[in-house]
Amino acid sequence: MRRPGRWVALGVIAILVAMFVHLLVTNDRFRWSFIFLEYQDGKRGVMFTEPVLEGLRGTILLTLTSMAIGIGLGVVIAIMRLSTNRILSSVAFVYTWFFRAVPRLVLAVLFGNLNILWERVGFGLPFGTQIGKLFGLDGFDGQFYSIKASDLLAGFVAGMLALGLSEAAYMAEIVRAGIQSIDPGQSEAAVALGMSRGKVLRRIVLPQAMRVIVPPTGNEIIAMVKDTSLVAFVPVTFELWFQLTQVSARTFVVLPVIVAALIWYLILCTVLMIAQFFVERHFSKGYGSAGKAKQRLRNIQAEQGGRFSGTGESG
Amino acid sequence: MTDEMVRADNVHKSFGSLEVLKGVDLAVRPGEVCCVLGPSGSGKSTFLRCINHLEKVNAGRIFVDGQLMGYRERGGKLHELGEKDVAKQRQSIGMVFQRFNLFPHMTVLQNVMEAPCRVKGENKSEVRDRALSLLERVGLGAKVDNYPAQLSGGQQQRVAIARALAMRPKLMLFDEPTSALDPELVGEVLDTMKGLAQDGMTMIVVTHEIGFAREVGDNLIFMDGGVVVEQGPPRDVISNPQHERTRAFLSKVL
Ligand SMILES: Nc1ncnc2c1ncn2[C@@H]1O[C@H](COP(=O)(O)OP(=O)(O)O)[C@@H](O)[C@H]1O
Ligand SMILES: [Mg+2]
Repeated sequence: MRRPGRWVALGVIAILVAMFVHLLVTNDRFRWSFIFLEYQDGKRGVMFTEPVLEGLRGTILLTLTSMAIGIGLGVVIAIMRLSTNRILSSVAFVYTWFFRAVPRLVLAVLFGNLNILWERVGFGLPFGTQIGKLFGLDGFDGQFYSIKASDLLAGFVAGMLALGLSEAAYMAEIVRAGIQSIDPGQSEAAVALGMSRGKVLRRIVLPQAMRVIVPPTGNEIIAMVKDTSLVAFVPVTFELWFQLTQVSARTFVVLPVIVAALIWYLILCTVLMIAQFFVERHFSKGYGSAGKAKQRLRNIQAEQGGRFSGTGESG
Repeated sequence: MTDEMVRADNVHKSFGSLEVLKGVDLAVRPGEVCCVLGPSGSGKSTFLRCINHLEKVNAGRIFVDGQLMGYRERGGKLHELGEKDVAKQRQSIGMVFQRFNLFPHMTVLQNVMEAPCRVKGENKSEVRDRALSLLERVGLGAKVDNYPAQLSGGQQQRVAIARALAMRPKLMLFDEPTSALDPELVGEVLDTMKGLAQDGMTMIVVTHEIGFAREVGDNLIFMDGGVVVEQGPPRDVISNPQHERTRAFLSKVL
């Protein structure tokens, strides 16, 4: 045998895998039928019961909405941060400082309790009531539109805002790094062609920055799927982990419920990782491996003082 | 309106306390090729960038085709133009960079079509025809669907020239267009530029290619330390320089 080490390692791994499969299959305490088939008389497996599926929908919705807030607001904050306007960039700095410093769990609980501050939330004049008093108007509150705070900030919206606003701080840093990674020669060439600054950003800089932005954003989305479980503390009940723990509480079955949760999170994140693969491939257009290899060849030859003779056959 | 395509009067430019341009004057007539020579750091790139207002001048004026670049004169005072108006002025000035600066995420054809479509909002199929014929003209008709990374440096620079020409500029600025190229690729780019000059394009070319300056240039400017030291017909300046600094520089590059 040429490589004994490799065969030994393979043998050890095979034995470990066999032990693990043996554990999964033969230990009844996993209660696979409880997870997949029937967890109580006449009911589906715990993964597929209505409250758990409802919770799964909530988790997906919360991930999508909070990431939408995070990415949208994050891009705006990144652009503010890079602006030459001192006020804009300081506001962006303070924002990222605050939301990166506060744990998401604390933020979730805080947003769940914000309705203690106001009875109603609305748009209107700041100090509206006080101004009203000044002019002797008692009923005046300067509000154009308002709704009851406990309605707005109850549960889902509070959780979404807590996660989304916190995410925006991280996304802002990712987008900023992406924008700064682009050669200034790119915007210079675009500006010289007569493009406005907005167009340069949209057409030239951001599409290239996406190559740098997408992989860490994929991480953020996957982390968000898991962080949605924090909103149980808001409290939000419309969420996967909460619903599964409720099943535990009712049936006193613990481990299979955890395994069911684990499987759902695995499925969700696998789908996201596949999506990420295709998005990354889309944004690496023009940086294909053929081009990269050729560039590398050219650099090596240049370093050696040699001459690059290839004229680049069409690829 | 004027018999000068470019006119620079007493242009000054500083970066912080570093004065890079110390009163540069220049006049370029339509159809003329003006070559700019000078040692590294003498302010050649900065001067080119002032012409299309990529840099703001600290004093002096630059006119392109009779239009004051970057400013509006009202009651004897200069007011800086808004972003949109400056962008509009730049549309008629093409610029070619030392490091090509093609957009790597777009194909060759998309690179050329981008500005006419997105900036001027021209009809897409017309722009496409024009882009294809420009690419044909610079010898890249077979590469239109390639990405820049798949091209050699010389090919990339020729795409960059086609990209600038697609905006139908009145004036082309070249900043050392062949300095980043391997020696055997320099010729193809210079040939393209020569063809452009023969077609009557007004060009300002910063270059170290003395042969090109002598053959194609109508006027040669030697810059050093932020001033124009010497200028005249290329043959005269090159074979019979009047100033010590010009002589010293030429003896190094010839
Ligand atoms: N954006 C800038 N900020 C500060 N200094 C600059 C900047 N651009 C150019 N310079 C300085 O101006 C001088 C002239 O530069 P440049 O115009 O590029 O010279 P050249 O093109 O003739 O080599 C150099 O000393 C350079 O360091
Ligand atoms: Mg230069």
